[in-house]
Amino acid sequence: MKNKNPGLALFTFLVYVFLLGPLVIIAVTSFEPGTVLKFPPTGFSLRWYKNIFEVDMFMSTFKTSILVSLLGNLIAILLGIPAAYALNRASFKGKETLNALFLSPLLIPGIVLGFTLLKYVVITFHIPVYAALLIGHTVIMLPFIIRVIGSSLAGFDFAIEEAALSLGSSRLSTFFKVVLPNIKSGIIASVLLAFLESFNNVDISLFMTGPGVSTLPIQMLTYVENYFDPTIAAISVLLMLITAGFMFLIERLLGLTYFTKQ
Amino acid sequence: MDLLQLDNISVAYDQQYILKDFNLSIEKGHLISLLGPSGCGKTTTLRLIAGFLEATDGKFSFGGQDYTRVPINKRNFGFVFQSYALFPHMSVFDNIAFGLRQRKVKEDEIKKRVMNMLDVVSLSGFEKRFPQALSGGQRQRVAIARALVIEPDLLLFDEPLSNLDANLRVNMRVEIRRIQQELGITTVYVSHDQEECFSISDRVAVMNKGIIEQLDKPSVIFQYPKSEFVARFIGFNNFIDFQQREDEGAFHNLRSGDYQFHAAKVPGMPVSMKGAIRPDDIIAGTLQEIQPGDNVLTGKVKVSTYLGRSYQYVVVTPLGEFTVNKEMQQPYLSGQEIRLLFPSEKLVLVE
Repeated sequence: MKNKNPGLALFTFLVYVFLLGPLVIIAVTSFEPGTVLKFPPTGFSLRWYKNIFEVDMFMSTFKTSILVSLLGNLIAILLGIPAAYALNRASFKGKETLNALFLSPLLIPGIVLGFTLLKYVVITFHIPVYAALLIGHTVIMLPFIIRVIGSSLAGFDFAIEEAALSLGSSRLSTFFKVVLPNIKSGIIASVLLAFLESFNNVDISLFMTGPGVSTLPIQMLTYVENYFDPTIAAISVLLMLITAGFMFLIERLLGLTYFTKQ
Repeated sequence: MDLLQLDNISVAYDQQYILKDFNLSIEKGHLISLLGPSGCGKTTTLRLIAGFLEATDGKFSFGGQDYTRVPINKRNFGFVFQSYALFPHMSVFDNIAFGLRQRKVKEDEIKKRVMNMLDVVSLSGFEKRFPQALSGGQRQRVAIARALVIEPDLLLFDEPLSNLDANLRVNMRVEIRRIQQELGITTVYVSHDQEECFSISDRVAVMNKGIIEQLDKPSVIFQYPKSEFVARFIGFNNFIDFQQREDEGAFHNLRSGDYQFHAAKVPGMPVSMKGAIRPDDIIAGTLQEIQPGDNVLTGKVKVSTYLGRSYQYVVVTPLGEFTVNKEMQQPYLSGQEIRLLFPSEKLVLVE
């Protein structure tokens, strides 16, 4: 389609400016040599990037974030794969309800979910902060896992499993030898997506963090309340790079069109 | 002694019976087809034999043993699917070897048997390919090889040729028959295509609404359908309702309105008040060619269509409309009066 419409080109350009402009401004200001965030910057310095690694809070919360995301991801995968499989293959009463239930964390505002988890689960059962954080993150990762793996399974002919069964394979071994290798890419994609969702999450973590335990995004929020130096801009740039790296990986593994299918 | 026996089998979903008190027995070495329109229960029967679903009632015995509750992976039956169902992440070799590896056969023995099977299905040299790189016909042959290599006690086909184009279908069904006869393996074959079933089967079971309407040799069913359903399904488009019948000597003498008909008696066939005949078997002629008499109706040509080798006419007679095929150069005109002769050996009684 070669449709050269100058109006449309301008409009598209403006949309991109609107989307990417703030990111560019943050990236540029992160190199500010002075102690106050300024645009345009007064010079060029990597001083605040160095500062990230010198502030203990950032390093420890970064570790917490990574740990919670990885561990939560593992739990979500262990729960999510069987759930996705059951929702896809079995037919039972209340399947639709269960399906909706598993996806509900996507629909309910995070702030509501976070508050509910805190009030009715964490406080009621006296769950320690670390465990609470893990539970919260597992809950928000589950829908991504179930969704993406579910769509992988939907595209996988059930007859292929039946073929394995008829050739003498047990149900369990069929799952590992036949189903799993064919939904591998879906699993990798769901893990990466869920990781990003968890790692960047603020609303749930806000309720689940407590004395001494915090995640990186929450720590960043606390930091900007007290300081105005460009450290936050520098961290933001690093986080953007991590996210971009993940998206690049997903694109390489599956192609981003994978998510626009169906 | 029959190899396979279904005794009063019932299958129901949500109180809805798909099979009810269903009976079927199959002789060793035979290829039997289950033929019928969609929803007649033929696939359910096949999946029940395979073990994909369990009977709510009844008994399934195989080789003298009760197989009703034997799980699918312990049955040693080969199953060939309509969608081929090859493992997409495995090469042709690994696909075929899958069943043998489940049985813990030694690798060198596996290699020998897989290569031999590739030879049987004419796919030697394809062992390193992946399913995506094969045509539909090749995929189906891999699927057949995969089912055969485990030396199954029974081979099951679920509409294996429906996804192939017409020419390939004919070739593949000859292949299937050849392999089945070479290995002498008992086979159940499901299809909705009567030509396919008739051409390869020792016995055909025509099914309707969860019951077998007729189970016979293909040639018998082709000539002597027992019920109106079977007759319609295999192309007997013309029916006559009779009001009177006398059975005399080698013939049934029948009367419908003012017209007298004779139909040859066939042992084992139903005796009823309804006659059926194929469009090809009715003889059409001008008023000069056919004289009025028994087994003859006079009618007017209503519709005439060209079939290539012959013309097909819809003829309106005092006993209703009849469809007739006739090979001829110069077709009858619409509205022309012609006579139809119903040969007594081609007119069969159906229930």
